[in-house]
Amino acid sequence: MAAHADTCLLTRKQLLDQSFMEHRAHLLAIAAFLDRLERAQGADNAPEDFRLTAFRDALHELTSPEPGRVVRAQLRLSDLDLTLLDERDSQSAFGASRRADGSHDDRAGAEQ
Amino acid sequence: MNYIDMHAHMVSRTTDDYHAMALSGCLAVTEPAFWSGRDRLGPEAFADYFDHLTTFEPARAREYGIAHYAWLCLNPKEGEDRDLTRQVLKIIPEFLHRDTVLGIGEIGLNRVTRNELATFLDHVELALEHHQLIHIHTPHLEDKYKGTRVMVEALAKDPRIEPGRVMIDHAEEHTAGLILEHGFWTGVTLYPKTKASPARAIDMIEVYGAERVIVASACDWGPSQPLAVPEFILEARRRGHDEETISKIVLDNPERFLGQSPKFVPPRRERAAARV
Repeated sequence: MAAHADTCLLTRKQLLDQSFMEHRAHLLAIAAFLDRLERAQGADNAPEDFRLTAFRDALHELTSPEPGRVVRAQLRLSDLDLTLLDERDSQSAFGASRRADGSHDDRAGAEQ
Repeated sequence: MNYIDMHAHMVSRTTDDYHAMALSGCLAVTEPAFWSGRDRLGPEAFADYFDHLTTFEPARAREYGIAHYAWLCLNPKEGEDRDLTRQVLKIIPEFLHRDTVLGIGEIGLNRVTRNELATFLDHVELALEHHQLIHIHTPHLEDKYKGTRVMVEALAKDPRIEPGRVMIDHAEEHTAGLILEHGFWTGVTLYPKTKASPARAIDMIEVYGAERVIVASACDWGPSQPLAVPEFILEARRRGHDEETISKIVLDNPERFLGQSPKFVPPRRERAAARV
């Protein structure tokens, strides 16, 4: 039995009829984006960007058989080190943690 | 359907947006103080901004039958500057008595620094001192989980805090449960790319329920949608939710939270809810 079974009011078929095309387009956009990154200037010699590393990590959650994929994907894209910064490093966020060591917090494995 | 947009930065929107919101059933907006896209040059700029939020915007909204309320603070993006914070904190009480000010907000964290946390806690003290509602911004993207945890844990340790008088906004899938289980109200903001979509907001409501949950547009100077709440209403209908449930989320819940301020006047609802 999946977590939160039957909380969505539509059947699986209704959801697919309503939203499959939209999410199919999202999937192909991601596939094309990954191909585009490989075709980028100097891609063969470029160091791996921290954002792309986190993105690839999060993609693993999409094929997981376990529910809670969106929470786990969010956490893969999050800074899980709760230590306060001594001073502001930038005004804006990046979408993924720049901390290479990516300290993990035992309490972060929240179930949705 | 009638609704209240609890998080709309109308100072950066056009009058056409008020028009469109009125046509789509908006009865009231609440506008938290925010970052203008660049750091302000000094405390006087905040005084000017607070005056704008409490004079020009209510008048502009009134032209379209929309009630406009404000929240005041120095926003998290500028919270690193402790000297500026201290100066702005001295200014805020001069404006708190104005008729349309509902509380302190949107306070919070940006990059989750020591100074930002001190600024956040200073604002909490100000709210407690003046018995104001609190509206909290959680950081976006990779900082959201961390920032939400730090603030929730700080507030949970303070026995003076009444969670039911605090709204923690910009919740997403990895933070909504944490906020709700501590008794706070939570906001889900509907914003392209960096916040939640209507579909994901509905997912969260289906999982966590509709108690103490509010949705809002967070429309501002960036790419955003002032009609995000009507979009949510449409998506909720497509997902099989009934009118009563949807109205609870977009109108009853905001009224319940905001009604804790004596300055909030529940807006008169249309008798027959028009389809969006």
